[in-house]
Amino acid sequence: MSQGVGVVGLYVRDQEEALKFYVDKVGFKVHTDVKNGDYRWLTVQHPEQPSFQLGLFTPSAPMLDAATVRAVQEIVAKGAMPPLVLNVKDCRAACESMRGKGVEITQEPTERYGNVDAGFRDPSGNGWKMIQPAQG
Amino acid sequence: MTRKAPPAPAAEPTPAAPDPALLRRLLRARDRMDAASHEEWPVNRLARVSGVSEAHFARSFKEAFGTPPHRYLLTRRLERALALLRETDTPIIDIAFATGWGSLGTFGRTFRDITGESPGEFRARTVREMQAGAHDLRAVPACIAAAVHRPHLAIAVSEKRRREATGNLPAPNEQEVP
Repeated sequence: MSQGVGVVGLYVRDQEEALKFYVDKVGFKVHTDVKNGDYRWLTVQHPEQPSFQLGLFTPSAPMLDAATVRAVQEIVAKGAMPPLVLNVKDCRAACESMRGKGVEITQEPTERYGNVDAGFRDPSGNGWKMIQPAQG
Repeated sequence: MTRKAPPAPAAEPTPAAPDPALLRRLLRARDRMDAASHEEWPVNRLARVSGVSEAHFARSFKEAFGTPPHRYLLTRRLERALALLRETDTPIIDIAFATGWGSLGTFGRTFRDITGESPGEFRARTVREMQAGAHDLRAVPACIAAAVHRPHLAIAVSEKRRREATGNLPAPNEQEVP
């Protein structure tokens, strides 16, 4: 095994909606999807990144109390969670493909210092940068 | 026979509590201003993006993001102008129009009111500083690097002007003039 970060979780408002978004629109694959009562452990994975999983979790009891659940939902919906970055080979093409699938593009592809970056947001409010790194 | 207890009713949000679904729609309006801050964003246009009434939009936006929508737009325009001044040699008048101001005079006056410098002074200073190696955010995604330099407008520009003109410090309970 290789050591390192294995899972990083996002808070989403609805796991089914998030699953469809990240699989059907962003192109990730489901890694793990298991339920225990109301609890659902759901992770997805970039097809080219087998050692890393992105968790799609809902803030919920019993880990969080109702007021905290609400606060987290508000923070996510306001777009206040930290930035996420998806590296792509062709930012403009990826952007067009996502737009065609109905993804909210929040920033058109922009070239700076040789990088091309764009922005999109998931249905919950998590904001992504999509970056095509400069060659070399 | 025993019946299962009905599920507990969902907690009723207090009237003032913002609804996450509404917040998400308000965020959409903010995103649209971010994406095209040089455009005009009257309240009716923003309200339409968010799917709320014009009457509720401005208040809801301020509650959600802590700043009224027109002032938020101003910070985004300034942020873009600052980036263009810093990173390009585009003439200042072109930057003024490209970032959404109707005239060079309005741009220069607002810029000075907020930053304390004229656009030309700002450009000369940051060019000097960049040559000295400061401000190196090249490893940071562009829009995030730009956001770091976004002016923080805690009060309305008109209020800032007034205070500076009169030399008055705000009284503790002074109401903000939008």
